[in-house]
Amino acid sequence: MGKVKLLREDGLRHDGRRPDELRPIRMQVGVLNKASGSALVEYGATKILAAVHGPREIPQRHLLLPSRAILRCRYHMLTFSTHERKSPAPSRREIELSKVIREALEPVVMAEVFPRTAIDVFIEVINADGGTRTASVTAASLALADAGIPMRDLVIGVAVGKVDGVLVLDIDEAEDMYGEADMPVAVAPSLGIVTLLQLNGVLTREEFNEALKLALKGAQTIYSMAREALKSRYLEVKVEE
Amino acid sequence: MSVTPSAEVTVPKLRSATILNMLKKGLRASSRGLTEFRPIEIVPGYVPNADGSALVRLGNTVVVAGVKLEIGSPYPDTPNEGALIVSAEFMPTASPTFEPGPPDENAIELARVVDRALREIKAIDMEKLVIVPGRRVWVVYVDIYVLDHDGNLVDASSIAALAALLSTEVPKVEVDELGNVKVDRSSRLGPLQLRHKVVTVSVAKAENVLFVDPDIEEEKVCETKLVIAVSDDGRIAGMQKSGLGALSVEEVLVATDIALKVARDLLTTVELSLAKPKELE
Repeated sequence: MGKVKLLREDGLRHDGRRPDELRPIRMQVGVLNKASGSALVEYGATKILAAVHGPREIPQRHLLLPSRAILRCRYHMLTFSTHERKSPAPSRREIELSKVIREALEPVVMAEVFPRTAIDVFIEVINADGGTRTASVTAASLALADAGIPMRDLVIGVAVGKVDGVLVLDIDEAEDMYGEADMPVAVAPSLGIVTLLQLNGVLTREEFNEALKLALKGAQTIYSMAREALKSRYLEVKVEE
Repeated sequence: MSVTPSAEVTVPKLRSATILNMLKKGLRASSRGLTEFRPIEIVPGYVPNADGSALVRLGNTVVVAGVKLEIGSPYPDTPNEGALIVSAEFMPTASPTFEPGPPDENAIELARVVDRALREIKAIDMEKLVIVPGRRVWVVYVDIYVLDHDGNLVDASSIAALAALLSTEVPKVEVDELGNVKVDRSSRLGPLQLRHKVVTVSVAKAENVLFVDPDIEEEKVCETKLVIAVSDDGRIAGMQKSGLGALSVEEVLVATDIALKVARDLLTTVELSLAKPKELE
């Protein structure tokens, strides 16, 4: 494959977006029957389903903690979610992402309310087009909220990239593959904290500063959408007499 | 599945209170400064049979990294580049809580953080690793073994990986008319050329205080860590928040500045260790 032109002459990106523009984002909360909470989140063609079971007792009692619930998280890609078929065996990437996503959720989940239980978060990547881990964080936090688990805030994920020397928001797969940097970020906007931060690429100190700012701005927009998605789930209940 | 860890190594209450109370005053129980690393000792060429190697002692943390160059096929999307494969294992020698078996999520995360730092800054000139274009290339295996665990395994490992690569001598190869490649490890073509050097600096946070190079007790009581990879040209070559907690935006920026500053000394330490004749060790 040749070098893809990521930034056009008119300054727009290969898919016609401005550098600071998000992809079309869709969110639906409570999409599953049996799960305690669930959410379907789409960032462009990236499609993530998250389900939460629990808080619940588990057979592996040695894992449980006396002072809090444990969080268990699996980030998993369907075999046909990528261009090349993904082997069903867990990859090193999936193992790492399960960890960083769990650690992105830990700061907001009030686990101390449910000692000696497990809260399980299952994330299925149905279609991957860049930004799967950040969309996963958003989906997982919506599913946790939908499960009625007390939280300090929602966590919103969004990635910033650098393509052809320009910082761009919410990168897709082409921009991730052929771009110069990929920086996934997750923030709890109301608390003003960063709960996931990775940088895959090289940035100067100034670029990093700008990239972080851009991520915060993008996260704020997605945050409003996430709150709306949560509210709309319960709109019907409100009119009951 | 990734699970909230239980505190496998517990710090006594009194000790953890001491560490945290001192941190509140900007002091460390180990009497180090907040941006001061423990003493670093680097022994390049520690494993004679490896193509490059280094033993690193960071305080009481001990890591050995070895490089082996092997002939392999290039990846289909990069036919004219060699390959880099970084792996890490936490040995049962290092801690009573480390079990033998395949690497867990912590070892995988560590290896991938070190891998990304080396890869993204293009530390190794991959195009120089081609033997038969499109068909045969050098695959650089960097394998990291944690032998003794007293905290900050990531930085010790990144230093060990860099020192091992810097000490690597490329074996001689012979290519016959059919394109078959034979490796002759008895003679060497010369040192593996590195274009950039890169190390990580782990900045820990506890009691809203940031400090570098946490030892094992500090790691147990800290809220979270931000690992920042810094290259020899002073750029940020990778990042990873690791641990349960979170950082404010301001803390992220301060941690980055700390890392950029401290990394310079670390890189100098690595360079000096390789300039020394090995016999002295």
